[in-house]
Amino acid sequence: MRTISAAEITAAVARLCIRANTVLPEDVTDAMELAWCSETWPLAEETLKLLQQNQLDAWKRNLPICQDTGMACVFVELGQEVHIDGGFEEAIHQGVRQGYTEGYLRKSIVADPLRRVNTEDNTPASITVRIVPGDRLAVTVVPKGFGSENMSRLAMLKPADGVEGVKRFVVDTVRLAGPNPCPPVVLGVGIGGSFDKVAALAKHALLRPLNEPNPDPFYENLEDELLKEVNALGIGPQGFGGKITCLGVAVETAPTHVAGLPVAVNVSCHVTRRATEVL
Amino acid sequence: MQYKLTTPVTREDLAPLRAGDTVLLSGVVYTARDAAHKRMMELLDKGEPLPFPVEGSALYYVGPTPERPGEVIGSAGPTTSGRMDAYSPRLLDLGQAIMIGKGARNQAVKDTVVRNGAVYLAALGGAGALMAASVQKLEVICWEDLGCEAVRRLEVEDMPLTVILDPHGGDLYQSGPAAYLNSQKG
Repeated sequence: MRTISAAEITAAVARLCIRANTVLPEDVTDAMELAWCSETWPLAEETLKLLQQNQLDAWKRNLPICQDTGMACVFVELGQEVHIDGGFEEAIHQGVRQGYTEGYLRKSIVADPLRRVNTEDNTPASITVRIVPGDRLAVTVVPKGFGSENMSRLAMLKPADGVEGVKRFVVDTVRLAGPNPCPPVVLGVGIGGSFDKVAALAKHALLRPLNEPNPDPFYENLEDELLKEVNALGIGPQGFGGKITCLGVAVETAPTHVAGLPVAVNVSCHVTRRATEVL
Repeated sequence: MQYKLTTPVTREDLAPLRAGDTVLLSGVVYTARDAAHKRMMELLDKGEPLPFPVEGSALYYVGPTPERPGEVIGSAGPTTSGRMDAYSPRLLDLGQAIMIGKGARNQAVKDTVVRNGAVYLAALGGAGALMAASVQKLEVICWEDLGCEAVRRLEVEDMPLTVILDPHGGDLYQSGPAAYLNSQKG
């Protein structure tokens, strides 16, 4: 049994909130570079260049890449041999509170969905925990902006809809979103499970680096096909038209019921942020 | 085409603009998101004046991050404009000339843009650091309780924008993708 203090978790979460909002993961900056190199439409090329300039400006001026510094989605892989000294969830909320305050990040959370009073410190975090073997604790902070979150969709398809039905739903989601989610987008797609599980799968898919395909060749192929079909929409960067509408598609699946085919698309943008520390 | 414009603007200033043109905007720009728009409607309902001179004005749909000490503004990219669709026509009819945001607008907004010779310009979504660079001065002018949604008076220089809706009915979100797809057919 290994002990990790709540204070260590708080400090790590605070650092991660700031880092995730200021520096993009390398796989995302690489994908943007590749997008710019392969874009052929002049206004789109110019737009992608400016979006890359923005990444540089953020880094140079120590500014958040995007002003929507998001809802702090925190994913924890907790080794089953870890004992946490202190309150676990409160340690994470405290880390978010600290990171968003000290990092001059925007506080975008309201305490109640209908009465809408801002909590002023971006808490609570949205926490997802998975118990894993070992004595380590890996924490990933994903600040999720709502320009793209609002364009996400879920459907309970029929088994007869099959892979074609899934593809149609994903492509329709991007078509309906149009310019709103700040394309080029990144898509997390969940297939299977139950109503709640499929949304969690879609969100979890956004944690996977863009240069890592699904390990199952069947789903790697589906990811490639979805990327191709979405880019054939011609929406382009910022919706101004062009070749690059989407930077990457990650599909995650789970066993499901004989009677169902749930599918969920979690839309993210060119500022797909995540940062991880292992304690 | 690229145009340089300074606020407040006239209908004549905006007449040459076409969807897909770029604009470098200078002068005063006011910030407002949905919460501030809602309060503006309440003022108008009561017959009270708006917190800024509306004629020829530009409104930027943005909720910036808090500025660090010594900095003018934090990160300041656009929010999704569709949330302002319910409010924009009334302001455009009163003389607001420029809307700045990102994302699609409804038919009522499009019609009001044409009727008033106004424009809807896109700032780069997700490019908060880049958009912030054009802001020279910031002052919260009202509704401080709204936090990042309070109305701010910004002085901007050469803010880089793209024309989405022009006074002649043009819509880049329709024509841009269509033109690209057309170019792929040949």
